[in-house]
Amino acid sequence: MSHVELQHITKNFPGVTALEDVSFDVKDGEFFVLLGPTGAGKTTTLRAIAGLEHQDAGSILFDGELMDNVTPSDRDVALVFQQYSLYPTMSVFDNLAFPLRSPLRRTSVEEIRKKVEETAEILHISHLLKRKTAHLSGGEMQRVSIGRAIVRSPRVFLMDEPLSNLDAKLREALRVELQHLQKTQGSTTLFVTHDQIEALTMADRIGVLNEGKLIQVGTPEDIYDRPSTTFIAQLVGSPRINLYNAQQQDGTITICDSDIHMPAPKDGKLPADFQVGLRPEDVDLDPNGIFSGQLVLAEPLGVETILHIQSNKCTLLSIVPGISTYHLGDLLKFNIAYEHIHYFGLNGDRFKS
Amino acid sequence: MASFEETGPRTPVVEPTRVDKVHPRAKLGKSFRVILTLIVTFIMIIPVLVMIMTAFKSRADIVTPPPKVLFHPTLEGFLYLFTDRSLFSPSNLEAARANPGNLDYWQKLALSVGQKINGPSDYVGRLKNSVIIAGTSTILSVILGLFAAYAFSRFKIAGKDDLLFFILSTRMLPGVVVTIPLFLLYKQLGWNDTHIGMIILYTVFNLSFSVWLLKGFIDEIPIEYEEAALVDGYTRLQAFFKIVLPQAVNGIAATTVFCLIFAWNEYAFALMLTSQKARTAPPSIATMLGSGGLEWSAIAAGSLGFLIPVAIVTFVLRDYLLRGVTFGAVRK
Repeated sequence: MSHVELQHITKNFPGVTALEDVSFDVKDGEFFVLLGPTGAGKTTTLRAIAGLEHQDAGSILFDGELMDNVTPSDRDVALVFQQYSLYPTMSVFDNLAFPLRSPLRRTSVEEIRKKVEETAEILHISHLLKRKTAHLSGGEMQRVSIGRAIVRSPRVFLMDEPLSNLDAKLREALRVELQHLQKTQGSTTLFVTHDQIEALTMADRIGVLNEGKLIQVGTPEDIYDRPSTTFIAQLVGSPRINLYNAQQQDGTITICDSDIHMPAPKDGKLPADFQVGLRPEDVDLDPNGIFSGQLVLAEPLGVETILHIQSNKCTLLSIVPGISTYHLGDLLKFNIAYEHIHYFGLNGDRFKS
Repeated sequence: MASFEETGPRTPVVEPTRVDKVHPRAKLGKSFRVILTLIVTFIMIIPVLVMIMTAFKSRADIVTPPPKVLFHPTLEGFLYLFTDRSLFSPSNLEAARANPGNLDYWQKLALSVGQKINGPSDYVGRLKNSVIIAGTSTILSVILGLFAAYAFSRFKIAGKDDLLFFILSTRMLPGVVVTIPLFLLYKQLGWNDTHIGMIILYTVFNLSFSVWLLKGFIDEIPIEYEEAALVDGYTRLQAFFKIVLPQAVNGIAATTVFCLIFAWNEYAFALMLTSQKARTAPPSIATMLGSGGLEWSAIAAGSLGFLIPVAIVTFVLRDYLLRGVTFGAVRK
C-alpha cells in the first residue's frame, strides 16, 4: 500500500476548468473520501491518479515517487467504476482473473485460481464464478467489480461512486462490507461519492470538492461540526442544516423574519449582518423552552421524526427520537444550543472562532 | 361450453406470453405473418431458382417456350463452362461413338453433344483469381479499417472530422469515372493485369466503407472497458485485442461480408484493368455471351459457381450478421 500525494493539480477541459490547484494526500492505509456534487471534479481527480487523464499542471506522487509520466498499467492502482465495467465477453472467473493474467504480473495458473477463489469467498460470489456477467444482478456485478480490484494487491484503491447505482438496502450492506474490507486489508483507498452519508460513515478523512476546488479536508467530525463554508454545512447532514440570515445589535442576534432573539457570543467579533447555521439536533424541544413556534409539518422516519417549526416567517427543522405525538398546528416550545451555532459571513465563509 | 384452455382468454392476447393461453386469433396472426414471409421470400428467390434450373438444363430445354419447370437435369452447362472443346467431324463422330473406349463421365457427356474435350477452360483460373483478389482485399480492408476506425473512435486526432469526410468523399463519384485515369496510371506502374494491382484497388475502394462502418461499431463499445483493462495492467494494444476485438465481432463480420460482396462482384474495373493473368470471374462470365451463340446453360452454371463462395461466407457468419446489420441500433 502506498501514500498518495497530489500537488497543485489543475486540469482544463475545453470551456471548463475541471480541477483548480487541488492538493491533498491520502496516507498509507487511509480511507479517504472525496465528497462533492455532480460536476465537482471528483471523477477527474480519480482518473488523474489512475493515469487515465493527464493533468495540465501539478504532480502526483506515490510514496514520494513522481507518477506524472507513468502509464496506467505501471501505476498499479485498482479502479472500481460506477458502471461496474465488467468485461461482457468473459465469465465472472475470467473477469476476476483478468488483472492477474496481465503480462506485467505473470501469475501462475494455479495461483490465479487460488486467488480468484479467495476473493470470491470474501465477497460471497463463489457460486457465480462460472456465470457470464450479463446474467448478474446490479449488486452481484458491483461485487465482482470490487473483486477485480482486491484480487491483486494494488498500491491504491480508487472507487468511483461504486454504490450509487444500487438500491438503498444493498447500498447499506455493501457500505458496511467495504468498510470492513478496507480495515482488514489496511488498504489505501480513495473513494469518490456525492452521498454525504457514505462519506461520513466510511471515511477516515473527507475532502470536499466543489467546482474544481478543494474547499475543506478533515475528519468526518471536522466536516460536520466545523464546516468551513455554508456550502459544506448544507452538503453534509440530513435533515439539512437550518441556515438563515441574521443580524446583531447590542449583543443580541435576531434571525431574520423570526421571533428568535439570542445572545451573541461573548468575544463579540460578529459584524452586523451574517448567517447562522443550526443543526436540527441543536434545536431542542423543551416544554420550558424560551422560544416557540407552530408545527407546520412532521416527517416521521421511524427512528426519528423531523419537525418543521415555524416562527414568524422562518421555518426551523428539529428532530425528535421515535414517532412524535405532536399534531399539526401545535405550539411547540424549544431551546437552542447556543454553543453549537455556526456563524458564517454573508459570503458563506465560516468565522474563525 | 369449451374450456378456457381450448379457447384461450376472451380478449385476444396479442403478445404471446404463455403458449398454452394464446388466443386463436393471435395464433392465426402469427401463421399469417409466416406465410406472408414465405411468399415474399419465394418471389425474391425466383431469379436464383431460374438460374439454378437453367444451369442444369440441356440446350434444347432452355429455349423451349414456355419455360419448362420439370426437365431432365444434365451437367452440359458445367461442361461448357469448365472445358475447352472442339467439334468432331461427322465421320470421326461415327467412329468415336462406335468405339467409346475408356471415356470418363465428362468425355461421354461431350461426345453425346458431338464434341471432344481439349482441356480445361479459362473459367477455373478466373474463379481462382476472384478468390485471391476478393479474399485478400477484403481481409486487408477489414484489418486496416479496424485500426483506423479504432484510432478515429478513441484518440484525439487533429482534423478528425475533415479526415473522415475526406475518406468518405472517395465514395462520392461512381468508380467508372476514374477507370481511364486508373488504366493509364496502372499501365505506367506496370500493375495492369496483376493480382497485386487489383487487390490494392479493391482495398482502397472498400477502405472508406469499412472505416465508417467499423467506427460506428467501435463507438458503441464503452471506453470504460479499455480503461479498466489499462488500469488492470494491460497496454493499449493488449486491451484492444483482449477487450475491444471480442466485442466488435458482429461489426467485423458485417463489414467483412459487405466488403467481400463488393470485391467479389466488381465488374467495371476488372473488365478494364485485367485481361489474362488476373482476370476475375465477373467479366469472364459476360464474355461467354458472343462467340458462337448464347450458351445460356454455361452462363447460368458460371453464375451459380460464382454465387456459392459468397453464399458460404455469409452463411458461416450469419449469427454475427443478424446482430451486426442492425448497425448497433438496438443493442443497448
